[in-house]
Amino acid sequence: MPAEGKPFAGPRKGANMRRKGYWPFLVPGVLASILVIVVPLVMTVYTSFTKWNGVGEQRWIGFDNYTRLFEDSLFWGSFSNILLLILAMAVVPTLLGLFLAAVLFDYVAKRFSNRWASLFRSGFYLPQIIPVAVTGIVWGWILHPEYGALNKILESIGLGSLAHNWLGEPGSALYSVMGIMIWVQLGYPIVMFMAGLQRVDPELYEAADLDGASWWQRFRKITVYLIRPEFYVVLVTTTIAALKIFGPIFVLTGGGPSNATLVPSYFAYKNFFEKAQVGYGSAISTVLTVLIIALSIVFLRLQNRAERKA
Amino acid sequence: MTLTANRAPAKTDPATPVAKRTNPLRFVILAALLALLLIVVAPLLIIAINAVKSPADYATGGPLSLPPHLYWDGIVDFWKRVDFGQKLWNSFITSFTVAVLGVLLSVLNAYALGIGKVKGRLWFLVFFLVANLLPQEVLVYPLYFLSKEVQLYDSLISIVIIFTVIQAAFGTYLLTSVYQEFPTELLDAADVDGAGKLRTLWSVVVPVSRPTLGVLFTFFFIWTWNEFFLPLVFLVSNENQTVPVALGVLQGDRLMDVTMTSSSGLIGILPALLFFLIFQRTLTRGITAGAIK
Repeated sequence: MPAEGKPFAGPRKGANMRRKGYWPFLVPGVLASILVIVVPLVMTVYTSFTKWNGVGEQRWIGFDNYTRLFEDSLFWGSFSNILLLILAMAVVPTLLGLFLAAVLFDYVAKRFSNRWASLFRSGFYLPQIIPVAVTGIVWGWILHPEYGALNKILESIGLGSLAHNWLGEPGSALYSVMGIMIWVQLGYPIVMFMAGLQRVDPELYEAADLDGASWWQRFRKITVYLIRPEFYVVLVTTTIAALKIFGPIFVLTGGGPSNATLVPSYFAYKNFFEKAQVGYGSAISTVLTVLIIALSIVFLRLQNRAERKA
Repeated sequence: MTLTANRAPAKTDPATPVAKRTNPLRFVILAALLALLLIVVAPLLIIAINAVKSPADYATGGPLSLPPHLYWDGIVDFWKRVDFGQKLWNSFITSFTVAVLGVLLSVLNAYALGIGKVKGRLWFLVFFLVANLLPQEVLVYPLYFLSKEVQLYDSLISIVIIFTVIQAAFGTYLLTSVYQEFPTELLDAADVDGAGKLRTLWSVVVPVSRPTLGVLFTFFFIWTWNEFFLPLVFLVSNENQTVPVALGVLQGDRLMDVTMTSSSGLIGILPALLFFLIFQRTLTRGITAGAIK
């Protein structure tokens, strides 16, 4: 992804001539960002050191919210759920997507036609375009314990014993959500990786072919190697998306049953708007933010290093 | 076409037995991919079938049978009950306004950072990048509190303002890297013609970068359309809800019969599908550009 690193490239020759007098163009954007992003961010961090129910007096309590957080089993539970969701939203789709993109690009497009390859790509991408609330309706309906299509199908093929309250039992709810999230995410890596493969010189593949390399060797040595930049981008953006996940949890399970699918953002939401523990909710979102920013820094570093090598 | 032409000699070449050996394998792979595609698309097909099935037919035929006759009552009743036309309009007007204002703000920022190269632009870029990465949970409560103070709570205006800024943070980051590569000759020519900075922006920079701006517009529109968390918090009254919020809060409503739920799913899918078809070309070009989101 060369475009990503470019904002940091040094000024070119002649740039100095035009450097003056452009700052007024930045004023509306900076003012608006201060209002909508900086001020709320500072307020949340401040609030995380206070006890506040949202209306009355705000009382400074130092690190109490944070010490309470680290002793709260719900908080740790929400983070262990997130680890499994990172598996389902980032790791599995990225690896599976890498493989499928290579099959579509280096096999289907060549042995069949580009049209087949783009048909598959669009099909796999379809779940990505659907609003999250609708994903919730679709899957909530299919997995419904009484009239859901999945249980009906299982019954009709004689596997009625497997029928289940998929989203309603603590033992299976998180796994059901994970399965749904793989379905949602898969299309994104496929599209990204197939686009990345466009810049690979076809002669490389031809040369490998002439040398008698098998498909699997080409996959490992050429495909995986050449799209490392996309690989990092996809893995990190999907991991961040997993850390932020809210909508699917809200519409599918509401964090339940008995907190089996609780995630940090939903935990914060509940403290803000249901329990009126605004200080505690702020502490949760502050921890989440620090985590996401730390991860992004690691990502930018890795990306820069990968670019320098390439 | 060219691909088949390239492959033709390989097939007749006796030195490459690969082509022959892979022939049965080709169709095994194609069948496997088709099966996977079916699994991915099946949930949407099931929703579509049952959206136009009467509850009685569902009871007798189950979820997989084709409806013996098309039954529109589920869709019509749901549409009327939630006043879906109003929700569509709310979603459309917010997404459209955010997309226009977001592109405008991105252009202004990127003009100063990418072409003007103002001092400290590296820090501005880091700022916009971080702004784009922040979870909305860390902004939501103060925004909720402040919007109540200025009487903008439960109003589409608050959603437009917030998303314009959030989307523009991404747009600034992306567009700056594009503007850094902007052909200097064009800017010099505008200089020679005596055009001011604002005129150079409108008559040179914006027209030349129109394809990128189109991609940004599409992204902003669809992202805003699909947003759920902040609209859920801000748009509490019925007449202000957007499509995702209306569908999200109604889901699992006791008053909805079996097939009406899937009708609601279908009318939520259709606008998204429509945008996808309209914007497909812009999107496939742009998804890689939007990598950081």
